[in-house]
Amino acid sequence: MLNPLRRGLFAVLAAGIAFSPLAAHANKANDTLVAAFQAKLPSLDRYHSPGREGFLLGLLAYDALLYRDPTTFEVKPLLATAWRQVDEKTWEFDIRKGVKFHNGDPMTAEDVAYSFEYAANPDSKVFNRMTGGWISKVEVVDPFKVRVISDKVTPLALEYIIQLPIVPKAYREKVGLQAFAEKPVGTGPYKVSGGSGNDVVFTRNDDYFEGGGKSKPKIGKLIYRAIPDVNTQVAELIGGGIDWAYYIPTDQAEKLKRLPMVDVINADTFRIGFLTLDAAGLSDPKSPLKDVKVRQAIAYAIDRAAIAKSLVGGASKVIPSACTPSQFGCITDVTQYGYDVTKAKALMAESGYANGFDIDIYGYRSRPVAEAIIGYLNAIGIRPNLHWLQYSAVIQARRDHKTPIVIDDFGSAGVNDVGAALPFFFAESPDDQSRDPVVTQATKDAGSIADPDKRKALYATALKQIADQAYWVPMFTMPVNYVMSKTVDVPVPADENVEFWRATWK
Amino acid sequence: MAYYIARRLGLAVMVMLTISLLSFLMLKMSGDLAISMAGEGSGADYVEFLRKTYGWDKPLIVQYGDWLWKALRGDIGTSFYYGSPVLDLVAKSMPVTLTLGAWAIVIALGTAIPLGMAAGSRPGSWIDRIALFIALIGVSTPIFWLSFVLILVLGLEFAVLPISGGGTPAHFVMPAIALAFYSMPAIIRISRAGMIDVMRSDYIRTARAKGLRPHQIYLGHALRNTLVPVVAVASVQFGFLLGGSVVVENIFALHGIGYLTWEAINQNDYPVVQAALLTVSSAYVVLTLLADLLNVMIDPRIRLD
Repeated sequence: MLNPLRRGLFAVLAAGIAFSPLAAHANKANDTLVAAFQAKLPSLDRYHSPGREGFLLGLLAYDALLYRDPTTFEVKPLLATAWRQVDEKTWEFDIRKGVKFHNGDPMTAEDVAYSFEYAANPDSKVFNRMTGGWISKVEVVDPFKVRVISDKVTPLALEYIIQLPIVPKAYREKVGLQAFAEKPVGTGPYKVSGGSGNDVVFTRNDDYFEGGGKSKPKIGKLIYRAIPDVNTQVAELIGGGIDWAYYIPTDQAEKLKRLPMVDVINADTFRIGFLTLDAAGLSDPKSPLKDVKVRQAIAYAIDRAAIAKSLVGGASKVIPSACTPSQFGCITDVTQYGYDVTKAKALMAESGYANGFDIDIYGYRSRPVAEAIIGYLNAIGIRPNLHWLQYSAVIQARRDHKTPIVIDDFGSAGVNDVGAALPFFFAESPDDQSRDPVVTQATKDAGSIADPDKRKALYATALKQIADQAYWVPMFTMPVNYVMSKTVDVPVPADENVEFWRATWK
Repeated sequence: MAYYIARRLGLAVMVMLTISLLSFLMLKMSGDLAISMAGEGSGADYVEFLRKTYGWDKPLIVQYGDWLWKALRGDIGTSFYYGSPVLDLVAKSMPVTLTLGAWAIVIALGTAIPLGMAAGSRPGSWIDRIALFIALIGVSTPIFWLSFVLILVLGLEFAVLPISGGGTPAHFVMPAIALAFYSMPAIIRISRAGMIDVMRSDYIRTARAKGLRPHQIYLGHALRNTLVPVVAVASVQFGFLLGGSVVVENIFALHGIGYLTWEAINQNDYPVVQAALLTVSSAYVVLTLLADLLNVMIDPRIRLD
């Protein structure tokens, strides 16, 4: 016989279970995978959905003409069955026949032309101008053949094509952009089938075509749930409310590893961390950073391996040069600066700064990493003054020539080619703090020719010069932690573009 | 009375204008919407194009004037980040926050008033000590900490409540408790103090002398007079709850005004931040006004003029 207090407690528990929706929670039994993300999708129109979540939306509900394998980075057919370069500035694509949009409309070259023209038009204000801005004209040759023409030679054309989703011309024009953003239609492996404030529900596209790089989903339903707080995500993972989450901080991931209900996998992304140094003296004509020896001293002073191991954690590796190692054109046999305080101090003394100097340093991402860097710089006499701001404010400060040192990182906007980062940070761009003619020339030349071997050679020239002159302090790769329920297997990509359609229940 | 209300509303408009100008300037100084919108890796020329298109290259005060002029005519604009009308976003999130706030204030009043009155009727007794202890804990407990303790206990250990999300009444229980705990201390203190005052008054002595039973004294005579200050504090607390829900909504992933504001601040999406602030501050103004009017009804001796 239970005492009254315990009976009361049981009654409360029973009542709680009765009206809690735990029973309805999605999982293996009802073929529904619940994935948690920190950010809400601002729009379901891929052209207006930025960030890494926008990438995932693009892959789930839409297809591009081409597809990049997330582990081998090989470019494969998707909505295009074949493609060829007609001349240096013209690409031709054969469009797959028999593909239907989620609303049943057939997908043709007209839709491709419409999508590309939308992406190319600055008035569309798409979130990422880079992927469509290079296109100057699209010609529909026949209902299943298009030609994409650019004004300039665009070596990254195919990398951009991979990111341009094909949207249905007739439907999108009929319903308008606002309605399309709520009820989008694509050709992708999942259809958007509804959603409330918290969730977006994706259901399997049973008519998904065969023969492309993507495939019909194995799991019937996918729920995109926005949970901004990582601690809450972790609690939901433990409680079984969600099946999958990523970008879980390393300290949390380490604890989760010990739990029986989840798997933790740490995998690399394209994102790398580095310091940009104002070698041109833009922020101050008398800046000590104009002296190559001072820049080299900074590179020697920081124990990057220690930061990568204990602060970034997981699979993070020190990067030897100013690029993501997996990218086309990235070379690593350049001048290296291992952790060597004696050498750093000697270089400081040689350049007349034996007593160090005060300098402003800007950051926005990881405060512990910033503080570690400051500690290492203190050890050779440099006294950094940290400005901790939002990303956009730091970038604007650099463009306004106010930042001697920026603790920065870059994800190459998903482009697997050095050609994404170098023109952004060098070649006299607004973010170029070195203004080095050798780097500028090589980067500009590499961006205007199509020949892969020549491009590689030019990028090698630029990367060697950047290392010799220590314009950057390359730091480490920035892997992320994926945490998923033991009941499900979601393949982990090397470029953070998770392919939920390949997920299976165990 | 009419003059009083008009003066109060006039003051409220001034306060709201000041709030909106300050928040506009702070948001503009903390980051750059054009760079956020263009996305990482976009060229500076496109950032410049966005600035021109949206008029962000104009002086700040002109931008604010543009926004205000439109807002005064009822057009509070379109969210730059979400791309949808701000009014839609606010209208979608408001019910969530109001539900949460209502639950929280009901829980807070339902526990704090009886506790405060019980404490005030016997100052120095064990119940008084407990009430004051709870008030102390309530003031000094960070709301996020309490939220996670609730998640650990009710969400994981006993697994009786859903941890995050919205949609069912069960989803509101933990966030409402967390929020209620946050506003309880003030209500406990004010109802305790009110009760102590009232119990010393002549009419209570008279009631006792007449031989009324304690519950008749408390409910029939003391309660109404104790409630006057409580109503004022409770309405202010409800306003706090609407604002304080930023933390709670983020932890429990409730997509209300608090969550919307937080996302908008992160994206420098100023039309949304402005609208959210105006919504919360106008709710605040209306609530304090209502509290004053309610007090007149409870205690006819109060004259607003």
